[in-house]
Amino acid sequence: MSNNILEINNLSVSYGGIKAVKGVTIEVPEGSIVTLIGANGAGKSTILRTICGLEKTKTGSIKFLGEEILGKPANYIVAKGITLVPEGRCIFPNLTVLENLKIGAYLRKDSIEDDINYVFSLFPRLREREWQLAGTLSGGEQQMLAVGRALMAKPKLLMMDEPSLGLAPLIVKDIFSIIKTINDRSITVLLIEQNANMALQVADIAYVLETGSVTMTGKGRELLEDERIKEAYLGKKKQ
Amino acid sequence: MIGKLFSTCLPYILSGISVGGQYALIAIGYTMVYGILRLINFAHGDIFMVAGLIMVYSNVALTPLFMNMGLSAGSAFIVSIISSVVIVLVLTVILGLTIEKAAYRPLRNAPRMSVMISAIGVSYLIQNAAIYITGGLAKPYPASGAAMPWLSDQITIGSTSIKRVTVITPILTILLVVALVLLIKKTKIGMAMRAVSKDFRTSRLMGIEVNNVISVTFFIGSFLAAVGSLLYFTNYASVTPTSGAMPGLKAFVAAVFGGIGSVPGAVVGAFIIGICENILKGLDNILSTAGVFKDGFTFGFATFSDAFTFILLIVILCVKPTGLFGEKNTDKV
Ligand SMILES: Nc1ncnc2c1ncn2[C@@H]1O[C@H](COP(=O)(O)OP(=O)(O)OP(=O)(O)O)[C@@H](O)[C@H]1O
Ligand SMILES: [Mg+2]
Repeated sequence: MSNNILEINNLSVSYGGIKAVKGVTIEVPEGSIVTLIGANGAGKSTILRTICGLEKTKTGSIKFLGEEILGKPANYIVAKGITLVPEGRCIFPNLTVLENLKIGAYLRKDSIEDDINYVFSLFPRLREREWQLAGTLSGGEQQMLAVGRALMAKPKLLMMDEPSLGLAPLIVKDIFSIIKTINDRSITVLLIEQNANMALQVADIAYVLETGSVTMTGKGRELLEDERIKEAYLGKKKQ
Repeated sequence: MIGKLFSTCLPYILSGISVGGQYALIAIGYTMVYGILRLINFAHGDIFMVAGLIMVYSNVALTPLFMNMGLSAGSAFIVSIISSVVIVLVLTVILGLTIEKAAYRPLRNAPRMSVMISAIGVSYLIQNAAIYITGGLAKPYPASGAAMPWLSDQITIGSTSIKRVTVITPILTILLVVALVLLIKKTKIGMAMRAVSKDFRTSRLMGIEVNNVISVTFFIGSFLAAVGSLLYFTNYASVTPTSGAMPGLKAFVAAVFGGIGSVPGAVVGAFIIGICENILKGLDNILSTAGVFKDGFTFGFATFSDAFTFILLIVILCVKPTGLFGEKNTDKV
């Protein structure tokens, strides 16, 4: 009996004949933080989008809480408890900050008052800008909103695609500490990061992806010490 | 003198407001579909025409039916008209939804031009089907002339006598538009519509079923076109297979003028076009009353009332392509 909340098995995804993901197998234990690192174009975003039902493929399997979700529509998958903070934020610029949060809870029928307050307590700057159109927020604020919006669905698994992209170092630190806080609320996190150093520090398990295949896997801290990782992703030369 | 001038202008302004309201009801369909799909739904004017034909045939079928049930000719007609109104609304909405499902949905990921061509195809298909069914003959509209008991009644405002529909149209239009704006701004489905109009993929990530939201948009557009059709044809003697073309085009220009994608813009644009067009129709008369044109001289402005709309379109496209209330871009890259 595994305690994996998500099990990806031998998943392949192609775009018009070009294979972007080639037989990837990834396991995400319940309650953990798992990170995918890899160079540009390795297929990281493609994997997350496929989990969400945005990309279609027939090869492989994606099991969430034991149920096959590959081929299911996005709204079904969201309702099951998976949300994605997409690459490049993708907040709705023509909706207010508050509406962006509300639309994150689109499928929920229960009261969302508490969750809005929780998001505002994580990101106090959003509370001050409740009525502002989201398109007028700064890049960092938009990122906070994208994370807050994903939390509004009360996910069991929160996936984030490069949440620190384009943010000032101080804000990046904030984002990572919030990832920890979210994880402490027993939400499993699957994280993609360019910032491999930060990602490996918070992650329980890391997968290294190269041109569509997993080439290495291990505990976050262990990979941080690995010479090949140091050279390829942490910008450190071998001594 | 001023009083006389005013009473000369008044009927033109009133019918301008009324026609403007009818254009507005059609224009909303164009602008909403464009807002969500970036598609100019060329079939929309034809949906409007079909709504007119449904009224004709439904009434022809139902009046004898109600007479056979023992109603007098007069009351059978009234009951038939009322039931036909419901039938028109329902069938027009079904037609709009079917067109979306059959002709646009399969092309959801196709280039925009393909969908436009599909729309043009649907437009001709509907017109041809209408020619086939009507035999190309003009079908007398039951609610027109003196036949329609209530909408066509003459009422007096000041010294002007007009049909009741002239007053009802703008009031009904404004009510429907206010309801629509509230729906878009305040409800969950309205929020989803605004989200989908920006970004399909991210909307899906929120759990929104994009196709359902698009269907709602076509539902609203077709419903309002049906209401517009009921009001519009009350002023005309008959429906022909091309009856939808001119009002459809003018409503489209109104939507562009107001800023395509914007509902309030389309409404304002439609009223402006309706009023200007009707004032142009009466301009000879007005100028004679004002003493500018003397000795029975006329210029024949009325001839240009249709051309005006298109001159306006060219001017907007040159001066302000985004229209009066065109979308300001607030996206951050
Ligand atoms: N919609 C698409 N159509 C065609 N090819 C695509 C599409 N999306 C991604 N690809 C290709 O698939 C490969 C993997 O892309 P993906 O976005 O998953 O990479 P990534 O690992 O997230 O990269 P990055 O770190 O730059 O975000 C790339 O070669 C990319 O060009
Ligand atoms: Mg990516």
